[in-house]
Amino acid sequence: MNDILLQIDGKEVQAKKGMTVLEAARRAGIDIPTLCYHEKLEPFGGCRICIVEAESGGSTKLVVSCVYPVEENLVVRTRSEKADRIRKTLLELLLAHAPDSPQLKELAGVYGADRDRFEKEASFCIHCGLCVRYCAEVKKLHAVGFVDRGTRKEISFIPEIASTECKNCMECFPLCPTSYLQAAFVLTEALAFSGTPSEE
Amino acid sequence: MMPRLNSPAELEKLRKEILSKRDPNKPCITLCSGTACHATGSKEVALAIERELEKHRLTEKVDFRRTGCHGFCEKGPIVIIFPDEICYLQVTPEDVPDIFSLTIQEKKVVDRLLYTDPTTGEKVTCESDIPFYTHQNRLVFGTNQKIDPTSVEDYLAIGGFQALVKALFAMTPEQVIKEVKESRLRGRGGGGFPAGVKWEFARNAPGEPKYVVVNCDEGDPGAYMDRSLMEGNPFGVLEGLLIGAYAIGAREGYIYVRQEYPLAVKNLGIAIRHAEECGLLGKNILGSGFDFTIKVHRGAGAFVCGEETALLKSLEGRAGEPRPRPPYPAVKGLWDKPTNINNVETWATVPLIISKGAGFFTSIGTEESKGTKIFSLVGKIANTGLVEVPMGITLRDIIFRIGGGIPGGKQFKAVQTGGPSGGCIPEKLLDLAVGFDELTAAGSMMGSGGMIVMDEDTCMVDVARYFINFLTDESCGKCLPCREGLRQMHKILTNITEGKGKEGDIELLEVLSETAIEASLCALGKTAPNPFLSTLRYFREEYEAHISEKRCVALSCKELIAYYIDPEKCQACMICFKKCPVEAIDGARKTIHIIDQEKCTRCNTCFEVCPSKFAAVRKISGEPVPPPIPEEERMIVK
Amino acid sequence: MNNERIDQIIAEHQGEASSLIQVLLEIQSENHWLPREALERVGEKLQVPLSLIRHIATFYKAFSMVPKGRHEVHICMGTACHVRGAKRVLETVEDLTGIKPGETDLDLKFSLDTVNCLGCCALGPVMEINGKTHGKLSTANTADVLKSYD
Repeated sequence: MNDILLQIDGKEVQAKKGMTVLEAARRAGIDIPTLCYHEKLEPFGGCRICIVEAESGGSTKLVVSCVYPVEENLVVRTRSEKADRIRKTLLELLLAHAPDSPQLKELAGVYGADRDRFEKEASFCIHCGLCVRYCAEVKKLHAVGFVDRGTRKEISFIPEIASTECKNCMECFPLCPTSYLQAAFVLTEALAFSGTPSEE
Repeated sequence: MMPRLNSPAELEKLRKEILSKRDPNKPCITLCSGTACHATGSKEVALAIERELEKHRLTEKVDFRRTGCHGFCEKGPIVIIFPDEICYLQVTPEDVPDIFSLTIQEKKVVDRLLYTDPTTGEKVTCESDIPFYTHQNRLVFGTNQKIDPTSVEDYLAIGGFQALVKALFAMTPEQVIKEVKESRLRGRGGGGFPAGVKWEFARNAPGEPKYVVVNCDEGDPGAYMDRSLMEGNPFGVLEGLLIGAYAIGAREGYIYVRQEYPLAVKNLGIAIRHAEECGLLGKNILGSGFDFTIKVHRGAGAFVCGEETALLKSLEGRAGEPRPRPPYPAVKGLWDKPTNINNVETWATVPLIISKGAGFFTSIGTEESKGTKIFSLVGKIANTGLVEVPMGITLRDIIFRIGGGIPGGKQFKAVQTGGPSGGCIPEKLLDLAVGFDELTAAGSMMGSGGMIVMDEDTCMVDVARYFINFLTDESCGKCLPCREGLRQMHKILTNITEGKGKEGDIELLEVLSETAIEASLCALGKTAPNPFLSTLRYFREEYEAHISEKRCVALSCKELIAYYIDPEKCQACMICFKKCPVEAIDGARKTIHIIDQEKCTRCNTCFEVCPSKFAAVRKISGEPVPPPIPEEERMIVK
Repeated sequence: MNNERIDQIIAEHQGEASSLIQVLLEIQSENHWLPREALERVGEKLQVPLSLIRHIATFYKAFSMVPKGRHEVHICMGTACHVRGAKRVLETVEDLTGIKPGETDLDLKFSLDTVNCLGCCALGPVMEINGKTHGKLSTANTADVLKSYD
């Protein structure tokens, strides 16, 4: 059978083969915090906030639940001293970018994250990738994408596509946890869109 | 144009023909022509040799072979004259006429070009008698000096492709896998995973077609073993790959080479072309029924593409961002098909295991680390180069017996292994037997084989900062702990080296280290904290001195040192006065020089140019600079 | 670089999308940089969205989206060169040329970049300009090396 039985926070959870731990948890009504997860998109595994403890075969390790496949008899703990400590640090790293994001502030309250632990960073993008991935996977327009890598990585609109498609769509705007997306769009519009429709 | 070989019998016939035409007593000049030797003038030496051959009309009577790297890079370009194996070091084009008139024509040795023992002054004539080589066991790398890397004939002459024939015609794929498993060969790229086990996973994984990949993305700074293998013995790598492909059931292979290695790409391309010409690649290889083709892909400048899932993405024409594992490439790899990726050195070791057997391989090395390993021994070391040693040899033997110790009379401080994923091993652990698990237990790792020797002038906090800096530049940026965590670690470590460290910095670095280790997506992030953690473990006092005393123990961190001219030693020679780029030195003939601390940019020029017989420039850290001596005392009176 | 040449390069790689990086490497090598129009042409021919091509062109260090100088200066910052003082050499070159790694000077004379390991560790610190390797560098002799390039 395709059914897999695992345990999450003491609760027996039924799941199908190929599901991730996060999907199984959500179906069972168990909450695991996420920032880069979206049901319509392929799991990204970028923010690592959904990290949980998973025990199997006598050994315990930390796994990222949005990408970790369910296993028979897996024992998952969504809260533990270690998992919480790591989530706190991850949130603090993000708060250095976007200290006023409502989503981050809420999670910060739960995990006791200190918004001033790290020096503030210039950009308030937290690289959840929701905008880029939504435009690529759901809308298939590729109007916004990533450029560069590492700490120089940014999101960037393709002006030729954005100028014709975005105003009529804007489905990615509410996805952005920090509103950086909207700011980037406005800036691109002001600097790089090629004039009014009548001039084109 | 090579004839197409349709059977093992034809291959052996060709081999015999080649050998029959080669007279082992015929004089042969070999010249190492790897990238490093090109940098020291090997091309010009080659031209000089060709000119002399023509001039003396010896082109028919004396063979000239340009080989790959021999490994003794400190002393390149290296010329060896066979059959007597006379070895000349640091040869210049100006030396070539003497080599011809004395050695080639009169069988006399050119003394000044021989290796000289630094302690006894003894000269050594034969390459294999040079101490650098005598303590090595060059099972894999030794082929380099015997062949022209682009010549199939040379490779056949030394027994090449015998292992392939044995695998294809005398063994089943399962038997090949069994042999490699029994050899206990562990991946030579850094992971150290048993190769045979990995091959078996790929063979058993459902799905067609299957792929084999060679990882020649050698990104660890300071490591260039793979480059020298690929430049110097591409046929050896191809043979290993063919054997592996046969064992796993793959008919297509990819070789991923860094674009920073143009000579390796070139020689590999030539080797593949020749192999295709003689039917050693393509359809029905040697009549075995086994088909195999290879494509070469160049990297485009991303260290992270050495990570296997990122490399696969790069092969697919995408940005090299790693993906989570499981699933592992053996099950779901290139285009989601079963794929086996191994490092160049791993593949190059396979023919040896097939021809000599697993038992031969396991007779060398330690319990868990079998065979030999090639290391790049670089940094503050007398004999910089590539060395191949049996696992289990001590670090002390590698560094002092083979490496010749630390130059300039300096004290050994640490040896860094494993590249940015590894750590620093201090003096007290020098008797550690080199092996995968032993190095990991010491807080470092084997990695791809880079071994950087550091001395008393190396600041260990700066070493940690250097590696974190490297990784922040190379991080793909997808996951938070690596992208942001390393960014913050870099800031803190930089602040410490600039004298801005504060209480709590070490603890914060430890928290960030834990986050990166536990939560990063790939091995780049997971191992990134190792250089910091290992230097903290063995050199904690340096961190504390930087933070609380603003003192750099090694007198290296620019913002924490001051340059001072010792009035007792200064002879007012005016050299530093003239060379100072910001005119910060006040002085005249017979007037002791004084550095204006306000103007000094601490560029190190005065320290470098002060004649060693005076050694008047001193670096000071963590204490105030002595005030300038009074004017009346500045005149030097003889 | 004209579209004809770009199409030729793409055809040499059988027009496969997976050859994208190899195609861009060839264009970079011949043209010394990747103009926006070239990326658009490649995207059209290989059927790859421009945002993905742009990501690749900026992700990999071998590519440049701006023209490079006549002399490309590569300073090795590998670990062996680092412990032998490569950082000081880099600072000297930055002072002398007025540019930082990744930049090109206004006369398009020098482009500066760091590389991680040229594999000439015996000669460290090392600088490579136009394929020629300069070794055993120090703060004091670097200026002379640069002066020889005009």
